[in-house]
Amino acid sequence: MDIRVDLPTSERVKISVRGLNFYYGSFLALKNINLDIPERKVTAFIGPSGCGKSTLLRVFNRMFELYPEQRAEGSISVDGEDILKSKRDVTLIRAKIGMVFQKPTPFPMSIYDNIAFGVRLFETLPRVEMDERVEWALKKAALWGEVKDKLNQNGASLSGGQQQRLCIARGIAIKPEVLLLDEPCSALDPISTGKIEELIHELKADYTVMIVTHNMQQAARCSDYTAYMYLGDLVEFGPTSELFMKPKKKDTEDYITGRFG
Amino acid sequence: MSDKHLSTQFDADLSGISARVLEMGGLVEAQLVQAMHALSTFNSDIAAEVLQKEELVNQMEMVIDRDLSAIIARRQPTARDLRLLIAVSKAIANLERVGDEAARIARTTQRLISAGVSTRLPVGDLAFGANLAIAQLRKALDAFARLDTAHALEVLKQDDQIDQEFDGLLRKLITYMMEDPRTISSSIDLVFVAKAIERVGDHAKNLAEVIIYVVKGTDVRHSSMADVENAVR
Repeated sequence: MDIRVDLPTSERVKISVRGLNFYYGSFLALKNINLDIPERKVTAFIGPSGCGKSTLLRVFNRMFELYPEQRAEGSISVDGEDILKSKRDVTLIRAKIGMVFQKPTPFPMSIYDNIAFGVRLFETLPRVEMDERVEWALKKAALWGEVKDKLNQNGASLSGGQQQRLCIARGIAIKPEVLLLDEPCSALDPISTGKIEELIHELKADYTVMIVTHNMQQAARCSDYTAYMYLGDLVEFGPTSELFMKPKKKDTEDYITGRFG
Repeated sequence: MSDKHLSTQFDADLSGISARVLEMGGLVEAQLVQAMHALSTFNSDIAAEVLQKEELVNQMEMVIDRDLSAIIARRQPTARDLRLLIAVSKAIANLERVGDEAARIARTTQRLISAGVSTRLPVGDLAFGANLAIAQLRKALDAFARLDTAHALEVLKQDDQIDQEFDGLLRKLITYMMEDPRTISSSIDLVFVAKAIERVGDHAKNLAEVIIYVVKGTDVRHSSMADVENAVR
């Protein structure tokens, strides 16, 4: 589907998607996606199950390459470089574009090592600087106060909400530019969800954030831009307040008002 | 339990919109004061200034309405927050009407001046009624700022006074018209001004009712004073 992708001229484009088609085997899961993701803003992807939003998110950091039957065509340019065609080591791309999953996935190691593990893959830091980086990441993820006296404890000993913030801290520790959040709150209670939404609001000062959520009210609360997808198509994309107040497409309005099925 | 939301942005949105309601309230109060001053001193320059600022009042109503719709769309507010936003929408509609009344008074002033009216007319009595209404409006706005139901209740109780003032003014103007039919045209203009002042009192009353709705969750419109007092207790 051909849609306009213009962002307001005040926004800088971080990622530019053009003509993206994605296949699971012979099944076309994403159809000619054209989209500009604005820098240092939160962009949310909403749509019913199976619409392709998680698939799209996973193309941004080439997660699909772990599976031989999945392939992408088209281009995804990050700061002008097409990451789908890049010859660079894919782990470097994934360091720049970090991901947090729906189910908190702390490594089976201490809280400290959870953060340090990723950093050690890319940088050699002396102990003092590593301590600082761990503290910085945990503070950024609004978790430091709760764990500073138990950094040696296993990451799995934390509550669900804390584990998720640990995963976010882990993601930021390697200083990415983009954060991909795949339904980060769906396994969490409302208060933990609220804390993470507040955290997302702070993170966008430094990172370009993309969030997939099946909770469209969360998209309305958290995001600056929203993309509505359906059956592999990008139906509508625009500023969140416009999309939720006066969507351009009837399909979008039907979805967000609960008139479907 | 804290009074703050988990989302600092939501808190900022709500306090921002309340602040703008009060700003609009301050503006229309000033418009009213200026309009009455223009009438009392037969000053057409001041009347013209009031008319110029009228558009600003209208724009404020539209901007605040647009922003509160966006908050409702994005935040799905409930309970007290939802009542506050509904109250804001009603409050600004009432304030915009107060702005209209001020403009009406200013236009009447200009008409009286160009008709070369004598200063024998009871403009002073109108000023007294206007000051009562302005005080009511100010009290209602203060009560809104602090979500103070006790002060809101006082505004409701004092509304009768304004209605009585209006009746008194009407009788006085009728007397003037009977004594000297040449004053009929301008006296009728002053009846419209008196009516405008009485309506300002009504708008202040509406503001007070809406404050009680926000705090207590009870709609006290069209209720007896006894029922209102029960709701506030």
